[in-house]
Amino acid sequence: MADKLTVDEVADQMYKMVADSQGQKKLKPGDLTKAMKEINGDKVDRKLCKDAIRSLIESGRCVYTYFGGSYIELPHKEGASND
Amino acid sequence: MADQLPNTPMLDELEKGKWPSFVKEIKTAAASNDMSKDLLGILEKSYSEKIGHWKHGGIVGVLGYGGGVIGRYCDVPKEFPGVSHFHTMRVNMPAAWFYTSDALRTIADIWEKHGSGLTNMHGSTGDIILLGTTTDELEPTFQELAQEGFDIGGSGSDLRTPSCCNGMARCEWACYDTMKACYDLTMHFQDELHRPAFPYKYKFKFAGCPNDCVASIARADMSFIGVWRDEIQIDQEKVKEHIDKGVDIVNDVILRCPGQCMKWDGKKLEIEDEYCRHCMHCINVLNKGLKPGKDRGCMILIGSKAPIVEGAQLSSVLVPFMKMEEPYDELKDLVERIWDIWCEEGKARERVGEFIQRVGLGNFLEAIEVEPLPEMIAHPRENPYVFYEEYYEEGDDDDEEEEEE
Ligand code: HEM
Ligand code: HEM
Ligand code: SF4
Ligand code: SF4
Repeated sequence: MADKLTVDEVADQMYKMVADSQGQKKLKPGDLTKAMKEINGDKVDRKLCKDAIRSLIESGRCVYTYFGGSYIELPHKEGASND
Repeated sequence: MADQLPNTPMLDELEKGKWPSFVKEIKTAAASNDMSKDLLGILEKSYSEKIGHWKHGGIVGVLGYGGGVIGRYCDVPKEFPGVSHFHTMRVNMPAAWFYTSDALRTIADIWEKHGSGLTNMHGSTGDIILLGTTTDELEPTFQELAQEGFDIGGSGSDLRTPSCCNGMARCEWACYDTMKACYDLTMHFQDELHRPAFPYKYKFKFAGCPNDCVASIARADMSFIGVWRDEIQIDQEKVKEHIDKGVDIVNDVILRCPGQCMKWDGKKLEIEDEYCRHCMHCINVLNKGLKPGKDRGCMILIGSKAPIVEGAQLSSVLVPFMKMEEPYDELKDLVERIWDIWCEEGKARERVGEFIQRVGLGNFLEAIEVEPLPEMIAHPRENPYVFYEEYYEEGDDDDEEEEEE
């Protein structure tokens, strides 16, 4: 069995994906988890991905958003909001 | 300060009559709260124009959580600044909605301080619904609620706030402790409740018996319905008391039994329990004369949903009987296996019931390692061109497969 990545490593990879697709495609937590499994094989698992997402959210690097379903994005000024 | 209220002839119609009126309540709140005043205004505008003025969704929430706050803004903020932001908070209710009046006052006080003061007790999810606040007030509201022992509930693609009937607290028919199971699973799956990671929403509802007072069979992706697997308990004397009081046992009970498994010879009631469908009808009518059996547990059903992406569905049987005992490990394992496959293969906004229809029940069962059972289907299929693997000897396979094509 391959050595697992650390939570921070997974979080960084996820962050990059979110940052790269910001404004083009909204990513769901499940999309990130699937992508991590594709890239890293059994160096990641669902639990590790969950922890990575939690760390992204709790550090404030990413935020949850809702548009018919739940997504993960970079914090930004909201289109719908009224000042 | 009624003179300051907006002119709302259409809403005023809804104050008429003897029944409670939300317009009356919003007007009361509007006396001391500008949000409620503008809420009246925007609603009257929508009624007269026949156009909704709410925008939905977005980024709002409390730190660390992806659920529990539903973002709302109006599209006419200049006209109605008080409802420019009007976010909803869902607060996880206590199991079976038991409160002390102190707890209710605490919630009301917090909400008058931080929001519109308007609530919905309770929403269709079962949560305490706090209606209308601004983005800035979300975090302070959450902190105050948390200090009083409340947490916010689910929304978005997560485990929604589980709910249950009041089961053993008040009801003699409860076949398991719905409140204990609901509380236990809520606490166990906190991560799934607060951090949306599913293709779409997922709901648990716990009903103590097939009367299903929480309508779990129509509203929960996973319904836990209390049931017995031995014989209905009969007290012939108490059955006779019902008849003496005028119950027409033949027309109202025997002929209405969907299992057609009851017999009444004028003196004695008999039930052929093997054919009983556990519908509760006879037990409801002959209360105390009949009771659920003694070997009790729950039936787990899967897949119901309201029409959003596809049409409405009722739940169907997944596990005909499971004992409901702490720590519910068997149950939690099953839930995890379902989430694994649904998270892996489910499409965006595909509820688990739709997922099962798409991949087929057989494939779904194989993935979650559950054996197919007759209870899972409505009736046997007529099609004779069905092949059961276990009927073949090893080595026969090739011939058979060729025939199949
Ligand atoms: C244009 C020609 C045909 C059409 C449109 C047609 C249509 C159908 C349809 C709609 C069914 C019902 C399927 C179901 O309910 O699952 C069926 C069943 C059947 N058809 Fe045909 N059929 C045609 C030709 C034939 C021919 C030529 C034969 C035999 C020589 C045949 C033999 C059968 C049999 C045995 C069944 C029953 C299958 C079962 O119950 O599983 N059909 N057909
Ligand atoms: C010795 C000859 C035959 C035997 C033993 C036989 C046997 C059977 C059996 C056991 C079934 C299934 C019945 C069921 O599902 O209830 C069946 C269905 C059927 N057979 Fe035959 N069969 C014979 C000849 C034929 C022939 C010559 C035809 C047509 C020309 C035919 C057409 C059908 C059709 C259309 C069905 C489907 C009926 C339905 O699904 O309602 N069979 N047959
Ligand atoms: S679902 Fe059954 S056990 Fe629960 S409250 Fe209703 S009748 Fe009682
Ligand atoms: S519970 Fe329903 S199916 Fe069972 S015996 Fe009573 S009426 Fe018949």
